[in-house]
Amino acid sequence: MFDINKLITIPPFSLKKKEKQKIMEDALFDLTYHHYKNCSKYQKILDGLNYNPKKRNKTSDIPFITTNLFKDFELKSINKNKIIKTITSSGTSNSELSKIFLDRLTATNQTKVLTKIVSSVLGNKRLPMIIIDTEESIANRNFFSARGAAIKGFSIFGNEIIFALDKNLRIKYDVIKKFCKKHTNKKIFIFGFTFIIFKNFIEKLLKKKNFLPLSKSILIHGGGWKKLIDESVTNEKFKNLIKKTTGIRRVYNYYGMVEQTGSILLECDKGNLHSSIYSDVIIRNNDFSECKIGQKGLVQLISVIPQSYPGHIILSEDIGELLGEDNCKCGLKGKYFKIHGRVKNAEIRGCSDAYE
Amino acid sequence: MLMSSDKKILYLVGQENIHKKPLPPFDNTICEFLNDLSSKIDKSKEILNYPDLKSFSFWCRKANIAKYKKDFEDGKVRMGLGLAFHITPSNVPTNFAYSFVFGLLAGNANIVRVPSTNHPQVDIICNTIKSLLNIKKYSKIKKMNTFIKYEKNDEITEKFSSICDARIIWGGDTSIREIRKFPIPERSIEINFADKYSFCVLNSNSLKKLKKKELKNLAEKFFNDAYLLDQNACSSPHLVVWLGKSNEKIKKVFWNEVHETVKKKYELAPINIVKKYNNLLKDVIETDNIKDVKRYGNDLYRICVQKIKSDIEKRRGAFGTFYEYECRKIDDISKIVSSKFQTLTYFGIEKSKILDFVVNNRLTGIDRIVPVGRALDIDVIWDGFDIEKNLSRIIDVK
Repeated sequence: MFDINKLITIPPFSLKKKEKQKIMEDALFDLTYHHYKNCSKYQKILDGLNYNPKKRNKTSDIPFITTNLFKDFELKSINKNKIIKTITSSGTSNSELSKIFLDRLTATNQTKVLTKIVSSVLGNKRLPMIIIDTEESIANRNFFSARGAAIKGFSIFGNEIIFALDKNLRIKYDVIKKFCKKHTNKKIFIFGFTFIIFKNFIEKLLKKKNFLPLSKSILIHGGGWKKLIDESVTNEKFKNLIKKTTGIRRVYNYYGMVEQTGSILLECDKGNLHSSIYSDVIIRNNDFSECKIGQKGLVQLISVIPQSYPGHIILSEDIGELLGEDNCKCGLKGKYFKIHGRVKNAEIRGCSDAYE
Repeated sequence: MLMSSDKKILYLVGQENIHKKPLPPFDNTICEFLNDLSSKIDKSKEILNYPDLKSFSFWCRKANIAKYKKDFEDGKVRMGLGLAFHITPSNVPTNFAYSFVFGLLAGNANIVRVPSTNHPQVDIICNTIKSLLNIKKYSKIKKMNTFIKYEKNDEITEKFSSICDARIIWGGDTSIREIRKFPIPERSIEINFADKYSFCVLNSNSLKKLKKKELKNLAEKFFNDAYLLDQNACSSPHLVVWLGKSNEKIKKVFWNEVHETVKKKYELAPINIVKKYNNLLKDVIETDNIKDVKRYGNDLYRICVQKIKSDIEKRRGAFGTFYEYECRKIDDISKIVSSKFQTLTYFGIEKSKILDFVVNNRLTGIDRIVPVGRALDIDVIWDGFDIEKNLSRIIDVK
């Protein structure tokens, strides 16, 4: 069985296409067969789609499953008694919650991988940390929301942590200012959800003209642009407003799904999202054939982490575009790409909704 | 009759004062009006962009209405019930117009709730009706009809329900359940189009004899039945039952032709592609006895099953996903037919044989037996009853 520890000594954005391909193919062969044997529903899918998991194939040939399937079914490849955490998310289009079941191994691997990827930006030392959210979001330890899980996951990079918002999501000015004073001229790690940062932090600071002295800090944020696109806030605009209100220049967006926590895709200094040696991205046309560089299509995400549930190869509901591989001007290797947002809702014809 | 004004209601045609007095069914003025409506829509420039407008104008043309009239007459004296309140589906742009014609032909005054979503077809039809009603000879009809638009609103629905003589709800089950909370007067009637399941029966022996062109034609008809309304109409087929000699080759030829048509005529938004694929994975997980799944890109999915059970009506295809089952004779599927079954589309089998199948097996379902290609042809006989007769009353004169 594929062991993630073999990869842990390799810098996460250092491998070229050929070297990475070999690692990916081995890992995904093992993972696919593992889930086939241990998750009966996943087995039905591969059998149904006439896919033979005992045969080694190209990464792009292994069937992907949809995020909504985690809402429709409880998908797990472990016994119930091995579950240590269940992550829930309302992420995509319908209102039901998806459920992700974690055992110790997968949870540990998520942390290991996240550490490797994030330390490429933050460095190896823990930093003073401000979380732009409320402490309430991590209140219940056993039943995490995706937001709580991400906050928990990123907290390992902080040695002294404060939450910037109270339970009503109002800014705790006194607490933040005291913290800034204590860590004057030091690098502070700031983390939060894109939309919450914008709505409950930046906009409020702008309104009050109350700017914070954080210019040495690094901000990492994620969680999607859907609501911000509705308010026509682009990544550039977001960065500019951050700079204006806090002085922070180093702002990194990350992209990831709750189904693949840990192996996040991180923005580089050139503003592009990168896949690491733990993940891969394939952009698909409407007929599921692979898009060429520069073509927009549905985003398929691959992660070598999930072992307790069959979430290693997933089709998202996002539209993305591959920009290149191994040749980003930032110097990092791997595929780099852009996300254009969630697929638009489209009308379905038919006659079953007279009263809506 | 006067109703309190409500700003939440948009009156597309007519106004809130509606004249509740009925006419005899197929009254000459009504037939003449529909004839004018048909030709006026037919002459409009927009018709080129909307084939469903063309279908509607063709359907309410003079000859068809005359045929309905002839079919209707049985020597009894009838009158419309009074006021019909129509709640029509938001995702079939022209359905409201058919519902209106059903109500009008039976001699009723009508309050038609059109889709709350925006469809150009709705505006075109409503504007045409509005301008025709301004002609003096139609002043009687003008007073009887109003077309309204409102966002889902229980108060408004309750108000109109409380004064109607007939309420017509175009499904599905959830909508019907919700609207039924609002009572209609004791003597009033209700016509509900509940969720239905439809399927197709093909005979491989007959299919084999078809020439290339005929096969293509059949595939196009099948495409129309299934894809024109995203396989989401009550009469769109979800299951194909193959009769005749087991013949994989001929099945392949048929589906390839369907695929060709889909490629040419059908386009899915990315969100619906994800939904379609997700639905397939769900089906694969939940269905036992799958023999094979065949995918033609994302244009067409086939799920071939070895056995078929009565829960088949819960397995609905989406955007062109078909269950397939093979059997020797049509009686083999009698056990799966429930009252949810609506339309059976057929090719290569005598319709009398299918009728015998329904009657001899004493089935509670299958309301329509029509050739492949006519699944979506709406008719005054629908879901097993005669809408015109239901929307009128008999005056028994002795």
